[in-house]
Amino acid sequence: MVLLTSNPIDVQTVLKSVATPGSGGIDIFIGTTRDHSGGRAVTSLEYEAYEPMALREMERIERQARKKWPLEKVAIVHRLGSVPIGEASVVIAVSSAHRKQAFEACRFVIDALKKEVPIWKREHFADGTEEWSGQRNLTLNDKSIIGN
Amino acid sequence: MNVQLRLFSVARDLAGFSERMVDLGRNPRAGEVLEYLAEHNPEFAGWRSSIRIAVNEEYVSQDHALNEGDEVAVIPPVSGG
Repeated sequence: MVLLTSNPIDVQTVLKSVATPGSGGIDIFIGTTRDHSGGRAVTSLEYEAYEPMALREMERIERQARKKWPLEKVAIVHRLGSVPIGEASVVIAVSSAHRKQAFEACRFVIDALKKEVPIWKREHFADGTEEWSGQRNLTLNDKSIIGN
Repeated sequence: MNVQLRLFSVARDLAGFSERMVDLGRNPRAGEVLEYLAEHNPEFAGWRSSIRIAVNEEYVSQDHALNEGDEVAVIPPVSGG
């Protein structure tokens, strides 16, 4: 199951969605919104997505994980819009017959999501400024590449 | 050739629009949308190495040949999670 939602993510519902009689364990990763970034105080965050493509990429990541490990069910849920500090912005849940596969697949899914899925985070700082996360890297990367 | 250009996050802020039908001339490659955008804001010229392009909701290489009516999205470094 893949889902983008502007509502708070109910972790229990996500857990239930991957529970199967054949599962020996469920591994869950909950990404939460942090009150600091790069040494600066963050007061709130918002997420935007290229929604149809993000859903396709999330489905592709699930298929990749299923090729690598024998999994029962996979849930990938990402919140969009404004997310208060300390709430879940992303929840990954993976069930499998054995814990090793569930642990490995869950980590694979969150790592792949952070690299591939077109979702962007905007941070609002305590000093009143705001910026897209990764924007600074974009400029620095290109400068360093040009510099080389 | 006309394609539907879509911009997100920092790319949209920099260009000042989110969606636009643009004419990229004959036989355009995906990466040429950055040249189109650089005419609006020179900062885009330096982005080629770190930006990704998606055509019809799938990542493509910058030399991917575009077709009439393609939806071409500029994908700045993603930061979900």
